[in-house]
Amino acid sequence: MDAFTTHTGTAAPLRRSAVDTDQIIPAEYLKRITRTGFEDGLFVAWRTNEPDFVLNRPEYADASVLVAGPDFGTGSSREHAVWALLDGGFRVVISSRFADIFKNNSTKSGLLTVTLPQEQVEALWAAIEADPATPVTVDLQSKTVTYGATTVPFEVEDYIRWRLLEGLDDVGLTERHLADIEAYEARRPSWLPRALPVLGG
Amino acid sequence: MPKTLAEKVYDAHVVRSAEGEPDLLYIDLHLVHEVTSPQAFDGLRAAGRTVRHPELTMATEDHNVPTLDILKPIADPVSRAQVEALRRNAAEFGIRLAPMGDRDQGIVHVIGPQLGLTQPGMTIVCGDSHTSTHGAFGALAFGIGTSEVEHVLATQTLPQYRPKQMAVTVDGELPEGVSAKDVILAVIAKIGTNGAAGHVIEYRGSAIEALSMEARMTICNMSIEAGARAGLIAPDQTTFDFLQGRPHAPQGADWDAAVEHWRSLRTDEGAVFDTEVVLDAAQLSPFVTWGTNPGQGLPLTERVPDPADFADENERRAAEQALAYMGLEPGTPLREIEVDTVFLGSCTNGRIEDLRVAADLLRGKKVDPGTRMLVVPGSVGVKLQAEAEGLDQVFVEAGAEWRGAGCSMCLGMNPDQLQPGERSASTSNRNFQGRQGKGGRTHLVSPSVAAATALTGRLTAPADLIGA
Ligand code: SF4
Repeated sequence: MDAFTTHTGTAAPLRRSAVDTDQIIPAEYLKRITRTGFEDGLFVAWRTNEPDFVLNRPEYADASVLVAGPDFGTGSSREHAVWALLDGGFRVVISSRFADIFKNNSTKSGLLTVTLPQEQVEALWAAIEADPATPVTVDLQSKTVTYGATTVPFEVEDYIRWRLLEGLDDVGLTERHLADIEAYEARRPSWLPRALPVLGG
Repeated sequence: MPKTLAEKVYDAHVVRSAEGEPDLLYIDLHLVHEVTSPQAFDGLRAAGRTVRHPELTMATEDHNVPTLDILKPIADPVSRAQVEALRRNAAEFGIRLAPMGDRDQGIVHVIGPQLGLTQPGMTIVCGDSHTSTHGAFGALAFGIGTSEVEHVLATQTLPQYRPKQMAVTVDGELPEGVSAKDVILAVIAKIGTNGAAGHVIEYRGSAIEALSMEARMTICNMSIEAGARAGLIAPDQTTFDFLQGRPHAPQGADWDAAVEHWRSLRTDEGAVFDTEVVLDAAQLSPFVTWGTNPGQGLPLTERVPDPADFADENERRAAEQALAYMGLEPGTPLREIEVDTVFLGSCTNGRIEDLRVAADLLRGKKVDPGTRMLVVPGSVGVKLQAEAEGLDQVFVEAGAEWRGAGCSMCLGMNPDQLQPGERSASTSNRNFQGRQGKGGRTHLVSPSVAAATALTGRLTAPADLIGA
């Protein structure tokens, strides 16, 4: 995973709430077995059907920070939603509330999700709509979002922040605790099910 | 300290906990399907890792399955490649797979319980958000992303943060014609599409205890539509009776030991929930969604809402966008909405009991000539059972299509899709824009509302049919 320390870019205002992962990338794009190349599916229905959709507007075409309404990433657990955002050039999504699985998935591939109070999302929307060229800096070291003369702090779990700053992947970290896993396995009740075929069943 | 059911299951699976780090949780069962697993297996290969416990892993083919030609190779080359990738991965890593044509094949959340692999007190994960279904047995079951699938394959564990606890209590008796689907749609409308974020929901109360296992699965299935990490119900005699004798259920002395343990899986007196929601079963009625997320629902007796009536600006805008997409006018009675297609199936309502309820309403009647009805059993097991009971004949004689097992029209990944602008009444779980096919419009309903709607071509409650 690529490390995330700080990122500066322009931002796109996505004034929609409860953006589900079917909108971020529809099911037909999930048939692929690769981990990259999902940019063509990113918000494809809105990009196709709504000429005025924010990402169709040239002033937001190069945005790398997405500022969305509340409850971003609801629905399906598809990690393809995170991959599509990354493939589409986004490094940060800001919202007042995220769906749990999306937020968790984002930490696995180095997409930063930043939770800000809705008033601050509104203020940021106003700023990037007034001037789409406004640079927005998201600094994971100092846990702040800065644009113009405004700097606002955000919260992130220390452990997740450390993993993102270092670009560490979870499997390697867990393998350090193999002894604990083996000890747990020795304690498991023997009647727990095994998925192997039942003979004569 | 008194604990909730979810806390008991969670605590029993902590492999390691350390200050400032997520807990490492042991996973008892890992279910796998073709869509969210190929990149995870690639990751294993790239790192030279193996699957730590193939015997705690089970795979099936469901999302891409064409329900008409289930015994032929898949025509769509991209879908076929994905299914073939799963077959190769299962063979290479020694994982049991139920492929198309196998008698154990079906939707991942239907086959786990059917085989008796889903049991009380277990931790169960799958790269699929509706894994919460398995919570109906008192398991802690949740959906994960592909990176986590890889993590579980490699280590049989998952780093987790302790979830918050929510109680949804439904007391009283459900009125005639009101089902588990109506209960959960009412719950989601009440708390919102992400209202349970960060929480595990425990469903409790006399109305929940009175439900069959199938109905409990319907409720737990849609926990994710309220944003919950998981949803569960304390196991009881109904649970044990469902499990006993299933292929993977414990037997003999093991069964007794298991049941003794399972009986302890209840929320302790005095345990504290972070959030509590209460519903009166007697007040509930058939429910239907009007918008583009599962929280946008109302009793079928109501009218399409007016966005201007929403106080919150975000909700107002969401309602406007939803009505524009759905092609609906504020004030239209929901019962006047005409549908093109009725879909009975999915991991929410594709079980034998759902098919029986619908067949009872359709027996000896005809589906409206302007309406297409698709009946898709959730698994081969459900299909065979339904055929043994003659339900397939009831559906076919009524003019509905009887299909092979799979996700089908729940999502636009296989040939069963809505056309742009087409409207459905669907027993599935998501009415998101384009979920059932590009430009398709979905109204979520219960199996009995689906069957009644098929007969009239308009959204209809079974009670509306009397004297019609
Ligand atoms: S039936 Fe629908 S919700 Fe259930 S697993 Fe299949 S696609 Fe997902």
